[in-house]
Amino acid sequence: MQGTQPLTETPTTRVLRRFWANPVTIPSVVIILFFTFIAGGTFLLSAMGYDWPYNPNQTNLELKLLPPSSQHWMGTDNLGRDVLSRMMHGASISLTVGLVAVAVSLGIGMVVGAIAGYFGGIIDQILMRAVDALLCFPTFFLILTVVALLGPSLLNIVVVIGLVSWTGTARLVRSEFLTLRETEYVKSARVLGQNAWHIITRHILPNAAAPILVTAVLGIPDAILQEAGLSFLGFGVQPPQATWGNIIADGKTYLLDAWWLNLFPGLAILIASLSFYLAGDAFREAAESRG
Amino acid sequence: MISFIIRRLALSVVMLFIISIISFFIITLTPGSPYPWGELNPKISAEVKANFRKKFHLDRPLHEQYALIVRDLFTGNLRSIKDDRPVMSRILERLPATVALNITSIVISLSFGTLLGVTAARFHGHWQDALGSIIAFLFIALPGFWITYVVVIALVKGFGVPILGTHSYGIEFPNTLASGLDTLWHLLLPATILALGGIASQSRYLRATMIESLREDYIRTARSKGLSEEVVLYKHALRNSIRPIIAGIGMLLPALIGGAVVIETIFAYPGMGRLGYEAVLERDYPMLVALNFVVAALVLLGNLISDLLAAAVDPRVRLE
Repeated sequence: MQGTQPLTETPTTRVLRRFWANPVTIPSVVIILFFTFIAGGTFLLSAMGYDWPYNPNQTNLELKLLPPSSQHWMGTDNLGRDVLSRMMHGASISLTVGLVAVAVSLGIGMVVGAIAGYFGGIIDQILMRAVDALLCFPTFFLILTVVALLGPSLLNIVVVIGLVSWTGTARLVRSEFLTLRETEYVKSARVLGQNAWHIITRHILPNAAAPILVTAVLGIPDAILQEAGLSFLGFGVQPPQATWGNIIADGKTYLLDAWWLNLFPGLAILIASLSFYLAGDAFREAAESRG
Repeated sequence: MISFIIRRLALSVVMLFIISIISFFIITLTPGSPYPWGELNPKISAEVKANFRKKFHLDRPLHEQYALIVRDLFTGNLRSIKDDRPVMSRILERLPATVALNITSIVISLSFGTLLGVTAARFHGHWQDALGSIIAFLFIALPGFWITYVVVIALVKGFGVPILGTHSYGIEFPNTLASGLDTLWHLLLPATILALGGIASQSRYLRATMIESLREDYIRTARSKGLSEEVVLYKHALRNSIRPIIAGIGMLLPALIGGAVVIETIFAYPGMGRLGYEAVLERDYPMLVALNFVVAALVLLGNLISDLLAAAVDPRVRLE
C-alpha cells in the first residue's frame, strides 16, 4: 500500500487509512469484535433457551471450586457454577453496561455542550459553571452513593454512571462548537436564514463527529471498570446475574484456593478495556494528525 | 497575584454553594429510607421514628432541611446518624491520612508520568512510543481492586509483610526514624496503586505537549549548540511543556479520592474514602453531604494551588 495513495482521498478515508495503519488497531478491533461476538452469541443462545456450555446459574455443590479441566474450561466457583458460562453471560452484561452508560452520558453531554457552545453568552456561563461544580465531585464515590441509596439494579447502575460522567463530553462538544460556529460555512448557513437546529445537526455536528466518537469509545471501558468497582464493594449488578466484576467479587474470598475465580474475569476486564482504550486512542491520533 | 487569589476564593465560595445544593438534593431526593433500621422493623415504635425525624430535621420541608444542614455544617453541629458524633470531627480525624495518601500519590503520578511521557515523545513514532501508550492504557485498564487484592494477599500471606493500616502493629520501633519509615512504607503501596491512573493520564498529556515543543526552533538551536539530548529534553522542552500538567494536578483529586474508596477499604487505610464507604453502608445522610462538601472544597483548593504552581514554574503565565 505504501506510496500508492489514492488520488481521490476524502478526509474520512484519510482518517480511516491512518487508523488502520496504526499497529495497535487490528489487534484491538479483533479483541473487541471477539468479546462482542461472545456477548451477542451468548445472549441469543440463552434467549432461544440453549445453555452452552452450561447454565450459568446452575449450582451443584458436589462440583464446587473445581480447577479448570476439559469439562469446565475455567473451573467452577464456590457454588459449583461453571465459570466459563458465567464469564460469557458476564460479557454481555458488562458490554451492555458500557454501551448504555455511554449512550446516556453522550446524550446529555452533547445536548448540554451543543447548547452552551452554539448559543454562548449567559447560557454558556451558567451551564459551564454547573459542569465545573460537577467536576469537583469524586465521580466514583458519587456513583457509589446514589447506587447504594437507590438500590443496585442493572438499570440504576447504567443510568447513574451515565448521569455522572457526561461532563467531559459536554466540555468537548462545547469547545468544538465554539470553534466550528465561527467557520465560513456556518456563518453562511446562518446568513441564509437556516434555523439553529438545522445548523447544529447538519453543519456542525458532522464536523465534530470524530472527537465525539473518540470520547464515546473511551467511555465504554470507563463504565465497565466502574461497574466492576461497584460489584467489588457489593453495589454492582446483583447475583445471580453474572458480570465480570461480581465474579471477581464473589471469588475474592477464595483467592488462595481458587485462582481461576480471579484470574479469568480480571484478565477479561483488563484485555477488553485495554482494547477499547487503544482503539479509541488510535482513532483520535488518526483524526487529529495533519498532513 | 493577591487580587487573583481573592477573586478565585470568591469564585470558590460560589462554587461550594452550588456544590452543596447539588450534593444535598442528590442524596436527599434519592428514594430510600433514611432510617438506620429497617422500614418495617416492628420493634421501632412510631414515637421513636418521630423523634428521629425531628432530631435530623426530616420533618421539615426540603429547603429548610437544606438551610439547617448548611447551618449545622458551619457551626459544627451536624451530627452523624450512626454514632451521633459531629461529622466534622470524624472527617477531620481522617483528613491527615487522606492528605498524605493523595500527596504521595500525586508525587508518584507526576514523576513516573513525566518519565513515561518524555520517553514516549522522544521516540515519537517508534516502538518505544507505542510501548509507552500500551503501558499507559494498561495502567488505566487495570481494575484497581483486582490488582490490589492480588498484591495484598501475595505480600501478606506469601511473605508475611505487614502492609495494612497506617503502621505495623505489635512492633516496637527503636526511634522515630524507624517508625516514620514504617508509616511511609504503609503509605507507599496504596499510593502507588492509586497513582497508576494518574501516571497514565499525565504521561499522555505530557507526550502530546512535548511532541509540539520538540518541533520548535529553540529545540533545534539547543541541539545545534551541541547540548546533550537529556538537557534538551528535560531542560528546554520539558520546561516549556509542563505547565498544563501542573495546572491539571487539581483535577487529579476527584479521581484519586473516588478511587481511594476501594483502595482504602482493601488496605484498611483510615482515610476519607473508607469513611465514605462506611457512611454509604450506614445510609448516613449528614455524613455523605458533609463528605461531598469537604472533598469539593479540597478539589477547589487543589485547583488554586496548582494554578499558582503553574505560574511559579512558567514565567509566561500571568495570573488574571
